[in-house]
Amino acid sequence: MTEEIIIAGFGGQGVLSMGKILAYSGVMANQEVSWFPSYGPEMRGGTANVTVILSESRISSPVLNEYDTAIILNQQSMDKFEPMVKAGGVLIYDPNGIIHPPKRTDINIYKIEGTLIAAELGNVKTFNMVVLGAYLKAKPVVKMESVEKGLQKSLPARHHYLIPMNLEAVQKGFEGLELVQAV
Amino acid sequence: MGELRLMKGNEVIAEAAIRCGCDGYFGYPITPQSEVMETLMDREPWNETGMVVLQAESEIASIHMVYGAAASGKKVLTSSSSPGISLMSEGISYLAGAELPCLIVNVQRGGPGLGTIQPSQADYFQSTKGGGHGDYRLIVLAPSSVQEMNDFVELGFQLAFKYRNPALILTDGVIGQMMEKVVLADFIPRATEEEIDQKRGSWVTNGRKPNRQRNIITSLEMDSGRMEQNNLRLQAKYDRMEEEDVLFEELQCEDADYLLVAFGSSSRICQKAVDQAREKGIKVGLLRPITLFPFPKKPIAALAKRVKGILVVEMNAGQMIEDVQLAAGNVLPVMHFGRMGGIIPSPGEVVDALEQKLIGG
Repeated sequence: MTEEIIIAGFGGQGVLSMGKILAYSGVMANQEVSWFPSYGPEMRGGTANVTVILSESRISSPVLNEYDTAIILNQQSMDKFEPMVKAGGVLIYDPNGIIHPPKRTDINIYKIEGTLIAAELGNVKTFNMVVLGAYLKAKPVVKMESVEKGLQKSLPARHHYLIPMNLEAVQKGFEGLELVQAV
Repeated sequence: MGELRLMKGNEVIAEAAIRCGCDGYFGYPITPQSEVMETLMDREPWNETGMVVLQAESEIASIHMVYGAAASGKKVLTSSSSPGISLMSEGISYLAGAELPCLIVNVQRGGPGLGTIQPSQADYFQSTKGGGHGDYRLIVLAPSSVQEMNDFVELGFQLAFKYRNPALILTDGVIGQMMEKVVLADFIPRATEEEIDQKRGSWVTNGRKPNRQRNIITSLEMDSGRMEQNNLRLQAKYDRMEEEDVLFEELQCEDADYLLVAFGSSSRICQKAVDQAREKGIKVGLLRPITLFPFPKKPIAALAKRVKGILVVEMNAGQMIEDVQLAAGNVLPVMHFGRMGGIIPSPGEVVDALEQKLIGG
């Protein structure tokens, strides 16, 4: 099994760290992983994206032109990455800030009200963990216990007290995923 | 078995340097390699192994600090990205001329000039053909994974000391910035002064001992006859590298009708392109040069006799293709596909280029 994912949104939404926690979760589940970020000045307030690959076998290219799953968190990323989802693949998006919803008819589409759920949780910084939870509902590529271990590995020890709150956000996202279109 | 971590390529360079018993790092920050020094400063190896980490006032200062430390027999490195390596090039020529072992890491970005901070492989010529002045060569290693970023630090030093010659790790923003699993090397202690005297006493300038002649480190020789002898000695050394230390990897070449040749991050993209092309029924293989100097001429010459055409894939306008053409000879089409300016080609584009330039053409 190989899962090729693009996570794309604004810099500051936690796109890169969400990818990192997912990659760490893969490591904890003994998978091969790669994490390749966009980097540079465009990250400050502009768009940020990261390609994460989880696989049972050796990973070839860390750079891709089509994806099994696209997790899309702003309109620019929707415009860029919607056409790059493989036929039959998965697109997950947060409708907050999306003016033009996805139009593809050959892919599975899900919504997650990540911004709202994170606000309800009382900490908007948990937004990316809500979205991660939604993704894991749609594609259970790693177990929840691996996510917990991944959080422990990727967060410095001084932030470990935040792990229960982050796991709650993951759980809320897991429960909050809405199916828009199945193919 | 070493420790398993998830790390960026740049971070691994720093960790591997500490673990292989490096004596010092001298550098100056530049994107996309700044994590090398950031990681070193964060790790504070001076407390752990005594390794010196110094941010110099410029790349020019860094490379000459490397010269000074290497002349005293120390195991030292520097790192930079393309424009910074250009600034260092005078010093690199002096290091090669004075026959000093050291490790230089170039995490390439797009040029020319200040160019872009995005990944590129446009420093192939600079790395393998000179960069600085004079008839010199560097040992050039091209890692294609974060694991090889770890492995090639110690390998680079081993080759540098074997030949008393600078070694260069030529990588780019893709491998530098990406995270993969890596098995870190076990710690090797730094060489003591006694060990340096034992192993490198014939040339190091660490203070003349009563039982030995004065050692002189210099690239200067005003007598042309003696300078030619120096050059001949260097050339013999480079010939020996070509005999003894060529490294390369062949993937799915056994039944291949067509051959891709690519190094570093491009070779990773080509691995996927090989799979995609084979799904379409095109039998293609990949040859990945690991040492760019010494270049794997013989395996390319051998494959050139078996395949119908070669596509060289590089993130530049066509540099390594010249070495591939020289190795392959004029017996088959050798074409190039590349993107420039920080654009990373996708596996699909490589397959398209293969079909258009070789199979359809």
